[in-house]
Amino acid sequence: MSEDTITILIDGKAIQAEPGQTIMQAADAAGLYIPRLCGHKDLPPGGHCRVCTVKVNGRPASACTFPAVEGQVIESDTDEINTLRRTVIEMLFVEGNHTCPACEASGNCELQALGYRLGLVATELPYLNVPREMDASHKDVYIDRGRCVLCGRCVRASKLVDGKTVFGFAGRGIGKRVAVDAEHALSETAMSATDKAASICPTGCLVVKGKGWATPVGKRDYDTMPIGSDIEQQAAG
Amino acid sequence: MVEDYSQVIDQIVEQSGKDRSRLMDIVRAVHAKLGYLPEEAIGCIQQALGMHRVEVRDMTSFYSFLSQAPKGKTVVRLCDAVVERMKGADEVAKAFEEAVGVPFGSTSEDGSISLDYTACIGLSDQAPGALIGSVPVTHIKPSDVPRIVEALRGGAEASSLPQAVVDVNLRQPGPVVFAPMERGAAIRKAVNMAPAGVIGEINKARVRGRGGAGFPTAMKWDFCRKAEGNAHYVVCNADEGEPGTFKDRVILTEQPDLVFEGMTVAGFAIGAEEGLLYLRGEYEYLLPHLEQVLAKRRSLGMLGQNVCGREGFRFDIRIQMGAGAYICGEESALIESLEGKRGAPRDRPPFPVQKGYKNEPTSVNNVETLCAAARIIEKGAEWFSAMGTKDSTGTKLLSISGDCPHPGVYEVEYGITVDKILEMVGAADAQAVQMGGPSGQCLAPKDFGRGISFEDLSTGGSIIVFGPDRDVLDCMCQFVEFFIEESCGWCAPCRVGTTLLAKMMRKVLDGKGTKADLDALRKLGTTVKTMSRCGLGQTAANPILTTLQNFSSLYDARIKSDEFIPSFDLSKALQLGAEITGRTAELEEHHV
Ligand SMILES: Cc1cc2nc3c(=O)[nH]c(=O)nc-3n(C[C@H](O)[C@H](O)[C@H](O)COP(=O)(O)O)c2cc1C
Ligand code: SF4
Ligand code: SF4
Ligand code: SF4
Ligand code: FES
Repeated sequence: MSEDTITILIDGKAIQAEPGQTIMQAADAAGLYIPRLCGHKDLPPGGHCRVCTVKVNGRPASACTFPAVEGQVIESDTDEINTLRRTVIEMLFVEGNHTCPACEASGNCELQALGYRLGLVATELPYLNVPREMDASHKDVYIDRGRCVLCGRCVRASKLVDGKTVFGFAGRGIGKRVAVDAEHALSETAMSATDKAASICPTGCLVVKGKGWATPVGKRDYDTMPIGSDIEQQAAG
Repeated sequence: MVEDYSQVIDQIVEQSGKDRSRLMDIVRAVHAKLGYLPEEAIGCIQQALGMHRVEVRDMTSFYSFLSQAPKGKTVVRLCDAVVERMKGADEVAKAFEEAVGVPFGSTSEDGSISLDYTACIGLSDQAPGALIGSVPVTHIKPSDVPRIVEALRGGAEASSLPQAVVDVNLRQPGPVVFAPMERGAAIRKAVNMAPAGVIGEINKARVRGRGGAGFPTAMKWDFCRKAEGNAHYVVCNADEGEPGTFKDRVILTEQPDLVFEGMTVAGFAIGAEEGLLYLRGEYEYLLPHLEQVLAKRRSLGMLGQNVCGREGFRFDIRIQMGAGAYICGEESALIESLEGKRGAPRDRPPFPVQKGYKNEPTSVNNVETLCAAARIIEKGAEWFSAMGTKDSTGTKLLSISGDCPHPGVYEVEYGITVDKILEMVGAADAQAVQMGGPSGQCLAPKDFGRGISFEDLSTGGSIIVFGPDRDVLDCMCQFVEFFIEESCGWCAPCRVGTTLLAKMMRKVLDGKGTKADLDALRKLGTTVKTMSRCGLGQTAANPILTTLQNFSSLYDARIKSDEFIPSFDLSKALQLGAEITGRTAELEEHHV
């Protein structure tokens, strides 16, 4: 441990952080899982989903972007915050068109898994079902925007990891969409199925064709253990 | 066709120095030439700047004044904000639709006129108003419309219309912003002090930001000055988009010199060589005069090298036009827009004073704040802090509109009560007062004894009066609908939550609400407030949350019963099927 190690308090537990770490990075290293949807360990944070919201000295902040600072008192796993997180997940469900049993991602889907972990049993908010285009033009990859949570992972991955900028956003507000770097459709872009962007979508929106059912339902990532278990176990083990 | 404009575009891009961060200017110039942004044009811009097509679209698709589809020769943008609708904008809209022959959101068949709605254009004191091209027209009556349309079809310039008049409407000038000024007086005093001395004087005056958040200006300047960077920047926030605000319009019309004076003083204090004034797209008509004033100041040695004779103090100001996005008033979104990107706010920290424009330390200040700063240097902190209250020194500009006979701008000392304001504007019988615009709070008469100040009723200046017969809750729903239009969409709680709030609120207003719906509104509103990423989302539920608190009886009157009423209308859903099969979709009334 270096000399300028920082100590922060999360839900009453003192944990160590390195200077420059975000609250989420520090929590991960200590085996404390903070729910997240747009954040991904291989990408810089996006700040889109707000599911990682914690209270830092009483004020809400996104753990994936907020730096760890000596002496912070952080609340995360409380009834109040988990209820707020659950409502945000519920919003994402009603925003799009999510019929899990018919979706290739079911069982591997982080949105679905967060719903389970946060105790979202049924949606009470009215469905919006925002109409959005599907793009199946590419031979290996398709986009079903009805399942997009606008987490921006594909945008960041394509730009920063693949160096291609195949994806971006278009529009604003409830009309915001994931857009592709082409006049018409994905097939005209530099997209390849081996791109990082092709395998980073948390939901069943951006999907590599022909692989969906390789692992049978029941044996998928979150069929056996809740999302976040890897972080919790890593530290325990 | 493509070749025609590819040359034009190359030329525009060349003029910008092939600078990506000037994408806004490039796109605006192309848009002005072509009337919209066809894919081919995007392709030319993308190639000329070495960007990806999706990056250019990412920016252009964000702004409401940039169209992706062809538009009519003249674009009429009728303001449909709450105050405008209180003043008859709906009837004016109907008259336009009749005269042009197409509904809003479309273009006449002959391609002469497009009809669009737009959010508040800063003319609520002379509503209903519209922008025709960039020309503001005010006090439009439905009976004026046929002649307006006829003139436009005949090729007349919008500026020649009799309604193309903007009243200044400065009802009460005060000592800080609207007193006569001597050009250069504040700068000459400032440059004879050290930068720290300037900040010290501002600090002594205890002036706080007038843009809404109320951050102490001296502290902001001091942070910015001390932050390390290759350059420092002063930004004047003239995006004034909060519905019902128009005081910055009046300042920019009447006292532009004072604004530039304040920017220059700020530049000296924080060590900046460049100042940027971000002017909302709706105020383009103010641009020529502002440019003239800047040119005048350059010729007087108040901008440029050795400003006001101070050896080594170099400072100039550039005006950046926006293109229709309320969120660009939020300071980090404004900076993104200044850099030629979509106006999506940034996560903080880092704050703009640490990493702002071009990632360098930047002080973003409201138009009115900069005027106050210039006056403090000119007349001294003591003079300034003798006005107002203990924690809110000086004066505040109020933009007052709605159900009152004397709407306009009033410069008042902090501490003035709502009662006094209502008396001033002739609206003592008000049912409710919207303090601080949609993002503020809706006040009931029990609160009218309270005063305007940072310690009590804080406001950026928008005050909307609702008279005794006004349907306040309907206005609140319209406010939330405004936030739907203006949400940047970056984060889930605001993007989805605003749409849900309006939908659930409408259900209640339509008389289909129950107690459970009110609880659901409260829960959803709290979630949007707590979980959203920036001030827009954090305040978007305020119209509902503050009326649930202050006007619960209005809600109770709308609620039918405690029974569950579904938001899903089965008869309506079956309608299409019924029509096709030729049967009726009347369902038996059933009771739960
Ligand atoms: C959605 C939103 C819109 C805003 N619009 C404006 C605006 O139009 N003008 C303004 O000065 N500040 C606006 N602000 C506040 C700015 O973020 C910032 O606090 C202000 O410009 C700082 O200047 P001041 O310290 O002089 O008040 C807005 C904030 C939010 C969240
Ligand atoms: S994307 Fe996830 S939540 Fe949506 S339908 Fe598929 S599995 Fe369900
Ligand atoms: S396509 Fe997938 S990765 Fe991309 S923004 Fe949508 S949900 Fe996120
Ligand atoms: S709160 Fe609204 S405006 Fe602010 S970042 Fe989120 S979506 Fe954008
Ligand atoms: S993980 Fe932090 S905002 Fe999405």
